Amino acid sequence: MAQASPPIPVAELRRWLERAERRGHAPGLLLPFGVGELDGHLPGGGLRLGHLHEVVEGGAAATYAGLATLFAAGIAARLHGPVLWCLRGRDLFAPALARVGLHPDRVIYCETWKDRDVLPAMEEGLRCKGLAAVIGEVTQLSLNASRRLQLCAEETGVTALVIRRWRNTKEKGLAGEPNAANSRWRVSPHPSNEEMEDMGRQQWRVELVRARGGEAREWIMGACDAKGYLALPAALAERSAAAEGAGYRRAG
Amino acid sequence: MMEGQRRILASVDDAAHRAGLSVGMTVTHAQSLVPELCVVNATPQEDEAALVRLAIWCIRYSPLVTPDPPDGVFIDVAGSAHLFQGEAALLADLCERLKAQGISAKAALSDTPGSAWGLARFGQTVLVSPGRASEAIASLPIAALRLAPSVIASLHEVGIERVAQLASKPRSSLHLRFGGDVLLRLDQALGSRQEALSSILPPELPRTELRFAEPIADPEDLKRVINKLSKALCIEMLSRGIGARRLDLVFLRVDNIAQSARIGLSRPYREPKHLVKLLADRLVVIDPGFGIEIASLTASWVEALAERQTIGAHLAEDGSQVDVSQLVDTLGVRLGSKNVYRLAPVESALPERAMRRVPALHATNGAAWPEHLPRPARLFVHPEKIEAIAAIPDHPPRFFIWRGIRHIVAKADGPERIHGEWWVDEKETQLVRDYYRVEAEDGTRYWLFRDAPTQDGGAWWLHGVGEA
Repeated sequence: MAQASPPIPVAELRRWLERAERRGHAPGLLLPFGVGELDGHLPGGGLRLGHLHEVVEGGAAATYAGLATLFAAGIAARLHGPVLWCLRGRDLFAPALARVGLHPDRVIYCETWKDRDVLPAMEEGLRCKGLAAVIGEVTQLSLNASRRLQLCAEETGVTALVIRRWRNTKEKGLAGEPNAANSRWRVSPHPSNEEMEDMGRQQWRVELVRARGGEAREWIMGACDAKGYLALPAALAERSAAAEGAGYRRAG
Repeated sequence: MMEGQRRILASVDDAAHRAGLSVGMTVTHAQSLVPELCVVNATPQEDEAALVRLAIWCIRYSPLVTPDPPDGVFIDVAGSAHLFQGEAALLADLCERLKAQGISAKAALSDTPGSAWGLARFGQTVLVSPGRASEAIASLPIAALRLAPSVIASLHEVGIERVAQLASKPRSSLHLRFGGDVLLRLDQALGSRQEALSSILPPELPRTELRFAEPIADPEDLKRVINKLSKALCIEMLSRGIGARRLDLVFLRVDNIAQSARIGLSRPYREPKHLVKLLADRLVVIDPGFGIEIASLTASWVEALAERQTIGAHLAEDGSQVDVSQLVDTLGVRLGSKNVYRLAPVESALPERAMRRVPALHATNGAAWPEHLPRPARLFVHPEKIEAIAAIPDHPPRFFIWRGIRHIVAKADGPERIHGEWWVDEKETQLVRDYYRVEAEDGTRYWLFRDAPTQDGGAWWLHGVGEA
């Protein structure tokens, strides 16, 4: 048989443990959403910066991930610094990003056509200290690939946001596979208030599907405003306080 | 030009060619055909010098350029075509620029120098896909093989006119009858024998070179070589106060074949660490073969670079001062520099023209799009045709069918009328679109438009989804 692997010194093991613990419990920086209900629910009170987060879209136009795009852009808009956006196609319409507060001067695009190119490009961006966020459009995100992104993000403190894209049901299935993201969000369209005549602000169903150290939950919210902030619709907030308060809580 | 006692024509221009004159004709004969003929003495030395100048200019396309007197230039683009969006675009760019300089040239791109030589002079194809060189030259006359006129004449005598005929003959008898040159040229054109070209060295450019006593081939060794070359080159550039915008790494193999890799930089650089990283990324295009004897690194495009205090990435805190140029270069080398960009607003009525790509490090001016116009996050490259029914003309539809699914419209806003830009494209004089934002019953928002005027039964199109 093969020879035994050399024994690992105890001191080395201790260092590993220490590092692992630091990673798990370090307070780190947080980005509050500016909505009490949402921030109150998130562990720490906001989105953890320097981590990998994942956004999927639900609804009739989920293939295009337009809402997931705006959700991610809204987060990047509220951070400081340049943003690297790794495209996987040509359908992104930049004027919409500016409308949620992500100014065109801040975004560097890198255009690719395959996951194989998107993921290394994201890693490269995450190694660049000082970027606000790296956003990537990805079909398949394996456990390994997500771990690599997460490690790169932790190293520099740059936040990684992955928007899941798919073209068919087979690819859509890939979006459900487990990965190392710190949180997973699903954004779907929600009918806007019928009593109002005009279109107004779009309503989103924002679901926190999975979060490290937190519970799954969903909210109905107003889409990102011109500064990238979500909002609780006033009318809905009253209703939820009165009758549906408990209805939103779901088992993790 | 003098040939023995006779004066013959060495070259003719377009007009003379049309008048029936050709190279090799005696001047007396030519003057009898065209009495007012203007004859200028040939100056082969000057021609050759001009060819070298042209070859040096061609270095913009590749570090491996070889003048091929009297009238040709070989450019090995294997390691640099990616910087020009591929071989076809490179070839088009080359022809266009030569034409703009008043040089009429024929160019062809193929697997081997020999086949490209023949195709440029005798062929119709200009771009041969990899591995198809032998097909492409099969029907060319044997003159396309760079053979001496006497050899061509004796081949003609036995009825061999085309390359394919020659290739089908037994090799040993060819060798016996016509000499080794025929086989050599045939093999070089078909690629079964490699041809070493000695590329010219542009003067005055910062260049470092390493020669090895033992040929090297190991990737780790190559990286070490890159490291050493970059350091030396950066020291030289520092002393001259310049930085590199383009670097050419050339490896000369033991079989005398040169392999090259080229990188472009978004601003002048002379930090070895950054250059090494970019060059190492391009090592994949290098085939060391049986080993590399000489390695050289040339900064073939330089710009002044003064000493300046940069804020290191590790110190940067405020977003505005982050230096992203290294990231931009790294991604540019990997994905092509055209694929790393920013999008700048364009004042245009048509949504598909609302932005243009600018280089990622282009100066920013703070301009953005008008804020009051709601726009979708995803705009379809080609609007998709939908079936829709509107109750009244100039009203939003009550429902529409997209990809076989019926969507009932709950809310709508519009129309926002957009006119074509006839000053951009004449076809757009008639173009009018009425855009509607609609919300389906499930809350999904769509961006539709109808070709106006509606009385012509204007069709409905879906142009985007996902509204902020």
